[in-house]
Amino acid sequence: MKQQRPVDLPRWVYLPALVGAAFVLLPLVAVVAKVDWPSFLDLVTSEDSRAAFWLSLRTSLASTAACIVLGVPMAMVLARWDFRYLGVLRSLVLLPLVLPPVVGGLALLYTFGRRGLLGQSLDAMGIQIAFSTIAVVMAQTFVALPFLVVSLEGSLRTAGDRYEVAAASLGASPTTVFRRITLPLVLPGLVSGAVLAFARALGEFGATITFAGSLQGRTRTLPLEIYLQRETDPDAAVALALVLLVFAVLVIGFARQGRGAV
Amino acid sequence: MSVEVEFFTAERDVGAALRVAAGETVALLGPNGSGKSTVLGVLAGLVRPDTGRVSIDGEVLTDIGPGSSGRMVAPHARRTALLGQDALLFPHLDALENVAFGPRSRGTHRRTARAEAQGWLEAVGVGELGRRRPGELSGGQAQRVAVARALAADPRVLLLDEPMAALDVTVQPSLRQVLRRVLADRTAVIVTHDPLDALLLADRVVVLEAGRVVEEGVSKDVLSRPRSAFGARLAGLNLVRGTWRDDAVEAEQLVVHGLIEGEAPSIGDAVIAAFRPQAVAVYREKVRGSPRNTFLVVVSEVEPRGDLVRVHAGDLVADVTVQAAADLELVQGSAVTFSVKATEVSVYGI
Repeated sequence: MKQQRPVDLPRWVYLPALVGAAFVLLPLVAVVAKVDWPSFLDLVTSEDSRAAFWLSLRTSLASTAACIVLGVPMAMVLARWDFRYLGVLRSLVLLPLVLPPVVGGLALLYTFGRRGLLGQSLDAMGIQIAFSTIAVVMAQTFVALPFLVVSLEGSLRTAGDRYEVAAASLGASPTTVFRRITLPLVLPGLVSGAVLAFARALGEFGATITFAGSLQGRTRTLPLEIYLQRETDPDAAVALALVLLVFAVLVIGFARQGRGAV
Repeated sequence: MSVEVEFFTAERDVGAALRVAAGETVALLGPNGSGKSTVLGVLAGLVRPDTGRVSIDGEVLTDIGPGSSGRMVAPHARRTALLGQDALLFPHLDALENVAFGPRSRGTHRRTARAEAQGWLEAVGVGELGRRRPGELSGGQAQRVAVARALAADPRVLLLDEPMAALDVTVQPSLRQVLRRVLADRTAVIVTHDPLDALLLADRVVVLEAGRVVEEGVSKDVLSRPRSAFGARLAGLNLVRGTWRDDAVEAEQLVVHGLIEGEAPSIGDAVIAAFRPQAVAVYREKVRGSPRNTFLVVVSEVEPRGDLVRVHAGDLVADVTVQAAADLELVQGSAVTFSVKATEVSVYGI
């Protein structure tokens, strides 16, 4: 649908915009073009591929759930509390957003690894986290959490606290206000934040390989599988890459739809 | 449900003491920034004063300051429903669920709460709008629903912060009726800068200026004979007392036509006609052929007040621009006609 704009964009912006779009889209087309279609089905349904796919799906869903459980309260504190070092705290909490994932993986290893800060005590209790499926979920949660927090904090700030004050004056306890007012009002923001976190978890590579390793069926997620196959079986890597690509497109479509419903 | 509040807050430089008797409605009048809303905030537990005490029926809700308990009951546990100028209906709930919110927060069963809510919607005259979302309501309708919602929360004190300020002038009278009805024997504090609201809705008026109480008393007295600067500037209402006859207020020397606020009076009832000085037009010659109230008067005083001139004629006052006063050559002793539209006059029984 063509929309009439009261003020035209400067004409020169169209060229770099077009170049940028091509820069993003062309490599995607290249992947599709490279796919070995006759053996595509065999490649993506091989045992390794299936194992990686299901592991990715399971761990990403689990880490999204973890992001919601931890991220919603974090966003509420950041959005509603007001104290002097809030800015510093926010920057620290959102650090994984700008930290190279490999560094994040190392940090997790030095915390929960066998000789890590907490890992030593956990090891003494017979709990070993590193190089397990739990480690995959933790690595994904570590990098995906800020996405949900940032998105939800924005929604909370936009929504403001006027409705919450009104609800409290009508006799609603803080928990009732959260459940019946705050949460429904920011639900679109929460959904799009969760979708972003899920997408980020699905694509996680660096922190996972550092902290969880690459054990087939246990910690080797789809991105790890693709990276591994690239050396031995490029066709399989490309086929799996396409699967991940389609998945990402679906996720983005879903997130957009969620936003459109607001 | 008597209310006592006394507090001081340095940040906003507001210090006031106020008492509301059970069943009484007190109007807080004052210019912008005079601290009216702060008083409500302290009562509702939204503003923490530096020192102060709030109690309802002897139950201490706020007690802060040297040697005090430091008690500060949370807003939701105070049972002081607050209604602001924006209805703030929860956008994801329909009107009925909005009204049922208070009862349900108290733990009332869903079905009972909804039945209760329907009753309140009917009480404020929007019983048929229960299924509508807030976005589908007009401003006046939304504010009625908000009134119902506040009442349904069963507050011990109803706090109203300029409940009509955001509404179109055409819908204000009907909401004023609703408020008049529901506030009749309710303990309430209403913040307003409209003297007419204070007159019609409140038993007593407290005038705040620069964070301090400068005047208080029975509404009619304060509004017709204000002693404070703000009272005089914004109030100074024309109040004509008389009897109801031939659909008009008949006083000693004048007959005033107006809009009836509330129940229609019977013939012979004592009534008051109220209108603002700004609503009065002043003419040199007699005005003919219009549905206006016209009074032939003699100017007793011409009082400049900034860009306006207040023209006194006995008990009546009119505000005109400096230019108009000059054009009309208004001086003490001028014979002029005061004219006011019937739609600008509120008539109510006393």
